[in-house]
Amino acid sequence: MGDELGAIAQRAVDAALAAGAGDAEAYVQDSLGREIRVFDGEVESLTEAGERGVGVRCWIDHRAGYAYGTELSEEGLGRIGQDAVETARIADADEFAAAPLGDGAGAPAIPGLHDPSLAGWTTERKIELAKRIERAAREADDRVVAVETAVYVDEEQRVAIASSTGLAGAFEATSAYAYTQAIAEARDDKQTGLGFGMGRSPEGLDSEEIGREAAERAATLLGARKPSSRTCPVVLDPTVAASFVGFIGGTLCADTVQRGRSLFAGRLGEVVASPALTVTDHATDPAGLNSSPFDAEGTPRGQTPLIEAGELVAYLHDSYTARRQQAQGAAGARTTANASRAGYRSPPSVSTSNLIIAPGSKSFEELLAEAGDGVYVTDVAGLHSGVNPVSGTFSVGATGRLIEGGRLAAPADEFTIASDLQSMLKTITAVASEARWVPFGGSISAPALLLGEMAVGGS
Amino acid sequence: MTVTRPAVPLIEAELAERVLERALQHGGEFADLFCEERSGLGLAIDESRIERVQRGSERGAGVRVVRGETSYFAHVDGLGEADLERAADTVAAAARGDRTEVQALEAAESRPLQEIAVAPSDVPAERKAELLRACDETARSAGDEIAQVQASYAEGNRRVTVANSEGRFAADDRTRVRLGVQVVARRNGAVETGFETLGGHRGFELVEEGAAERTAERASRIALTLLGADPAPAGAMPVVVGGGFGGVLFHEMTGHGLEADHIQKGASVYAGKLGEQVAAPHLEAFDDGRLPGEWGTDGIDDEGTPTQRTSVIHEGRVTSYLYDLVRARKDGVASTGNGRRESFRHLPIPRMTNTYIAPGEASPEGLISDVERGFYAVSFAGGQVDPTTGDFVFGVSEGYLIEGGKVTKPCRGATLIGNCLEALGRIDAVASDFEMKTGFCGKGGQRVPVGTGQGHVRIGELTVGGTAV
Repeated sequence: MGDELGAIAQRAVDAALAAGAGDAEAYVQDSLGREIRVFDGEVESLTEAGERGVGVRCWIDHRAGYAYGTELSEEGLGRIGQDAVETARIADADEFAAAPLGDGAGAPAIPGLHDPSLAGWTTERKIELAKRIERAAREADDRVVAVETAVYVDEEQRVAIASSTGLAGAFEATSAYAYTQAIAEARDDKQTGLGFGMGRSPEGLDSEEIGREAAERAATLLGARKPSSRTCPVVLDPTVAASFVGFIGGTLCADTVQRGRSLFAGRLGEVVASPALTVTDHATDPAGLNSSPFDAEGTPRGQTPLIEAGELVAYLHDSYTARRQQAQGAAGARTTANASRAGYRSPPSVSTSNLIIAPGSKSFEELLAEAGDGVYVTDVAGLHSGVNPVSGTFSVGATGRLIEGGRLAAPADEFTIASDLQSMLKTITAVASEARWVPFGGSISAPALLLGEMAVGGS
Repeated sequence: MTVTRPAVPLIEAELAERVLERALQHGGEFADLFCEERSGLGLAIDESRIERVQRGSERGAGVRVVRGETSYFAHVDGLGEADLERAADTVAAAARGDRTEVQALEAAESRPLQEIAVAPSDVPAERKAELLRACDETARSAGDEIAQVQASYAEGNRRVTVANSEGRFAADDRTRVRLGVQVVARRNGAVETGFETLGGHRGFELVEEGAAERTAERASRIALTLLGADPAPAGAMPVVVGGGFGGVLFHEMTGHGLEADHIQKGASVYAGKLGEQVAAPHLEAFDDGRLPGEWGTDGIDDEGTPTQRTSVIHEGRVTSYLYDLVRARKDGVASTGNGRRESFRHLPIPRMTNTYIAPGEASPEGLISDVERGFYAVSFAGGQVDPTTGDFVFGVSEGYLIEGGKVTKPCRGATLIGNCLEALGRIDAVASDFEMKTGFCGKGGQRVPVGTGQGHVRIGELTVGGTAV
């Protein structure tokens, strides 16, 4: 199968060259996915579909163009090649724009990336898994009155790339995840809670645990009130910590840095965070859903430490940003193999792969004790609209629990936490010892974090 | 408004009927076939250089069979007979039960809403590059403090054809154009951003005659204004919300809760509230998929139902939910034409089109002059709501303090937070300066274009979450 996709990629490259490209690169993706949604013990929807397409980048005298399509016939590829060439002619010349010189064929395979056990699961078994999640959420707590939807999703994906510079590579991967949202009600209050799990196949999904987490998160919030407005210590649970660190990962991508849109621009080697914080981009960890043997340009992947004990040690690069960095005098700057793409419809851009926040040495209880009186945040809303990526200032909606005398106390909702990313990183005073993978807003392994102080907006 | 050329169906009625028969071969109460052909061009200017030029095209179809409460769905790339049959067979393999007879398809229905004066695909790409260069220059000419300008242009055409087992056969031809300008301004250590968009279910004429430059000018003005901003206040206070994109407040606060899927699952604070008073008697609100030229407008929805103007709040009472076919059938009502999908790869779900609060009598100045100390939210970066609890949050992209009835200092880093029903009940005045704006709405992993609108609106009390505690 990899051979067949590889041949399509090669034909797409040839088509672009024939249309007048100086260099060309093609990315072919073929995936088969299923989504099962269960509500009230019944299947609400069952979707099964394959998707196959090609994206072609080309370069003409340092002008870059991009086109994609789903018609993979000789004629279809010919048109995509022509479109790519036409777009390149509209672009302005950019001295750093050129075909990357990666060699993905040399990248070692990642064991476990493709889990064959997925193929052994029948649709009926997957439906049963989703139903069990829903049941588990209902049974975990009497106050759970409904479960919004239990969703199971999996995908088998094959990717091949080829280029006029001699690159040829292919890999396959599987993924599976599930989530549900429980609704708990008591007296006049209604609250929702999310539970989720992820893995390379349904074998890795614990239905009981996903349901239980959703129920517990919803029920715990019942009777929540607004905390009073104040400045106080804040503990972020792993899902919230992951959201923030995922956002920071975006600001460490070299394209935003080079274009002066990152608050971390020009600060390599500086202490930008508390010594408690170490963050690494880890592209070949089989547990991370964004892992692959080589990046979207064919460069073999690896690990890149970003923040080491508070010090900013690297930005993430693709071949374009590395070339540009070198020209600006950073000798030896090279791609960190962080060219990523959402699929064949969008061209590659620099992005994090899997981010790993190094766990600390304290238990969650010790974090609470250290906070003393403050707020434990279990969920934030509005991160995409409430954070200014350039200035770093943010204000987001939050729910969670009060911390009183070093212990979890009454539930709290309808409040905001606000600060700027820079101050937030510096006020991290402790990192919990247990981390979990969070698939939202990236693929991130995060522990709970204690922030020394933050503005809480409530009543 | 000129009614123009009708959309031509992507496939023959006979083929559509055969595919529907095939999808229902092992049972099912309803089936539909959604065919789509889409193409688009996007380009951007950054660092005064045209880049990220992209062109793409796709054709594909989605086949759905509904049985009881269950939808079976498959989609394929391609519109050839073999492609459509493959999708039908995949769905049929899962669906079981009593068989429905497929009704004969009528001649395809098509209701184009607006003349596309200049088809974007007829305009040379170089002209679009020039437009972006003009945006870049205009934005930079606002002052030396403008440090970065990014502008992007996107055009898209979607031809869709829907056929269903109840005999409906309809086609639509949708052209959209959108421009976005983002500006970064710096002064000493301070950095602020301004963002402005222009978009419509329109042709290239939308961005001509200085419209693009005016968009760039406004983005620069916001960034420069915010450079002098103080941290936003935190706490409960009266909030005046600006016209246009301020309507996103209604979209999140009320619109999502009225979508029938949330209602039927009991996952909405508006469930069981039909006919109930939820707002002051002067409040009127609509979802209108037929507003000529607006961003959320289409001739038919993605299930082939003609779009319509639906009153959702009349005299402060909830008057209607927003339905697609599946949810309408469950409630024994007609679809309101709100069955929308991101593409042929997605199942339709109830979605808003253009939602707005109808203009009131007040003047924007009057709304502000009555406020002793409050917050003026002119524009939002976005927002979201949990329809079940009604808790919402909005990121303010341009906001000011109101002191002694006057707009005083600009504020940065503000978020508005609250609960739908409480906030809706506290809207105490609506101004007459009505305007519509464009946005993208995400729900269930699907992103669709929506319009939001209103005149200035005042909410008696709302929590502002800033850093100035």
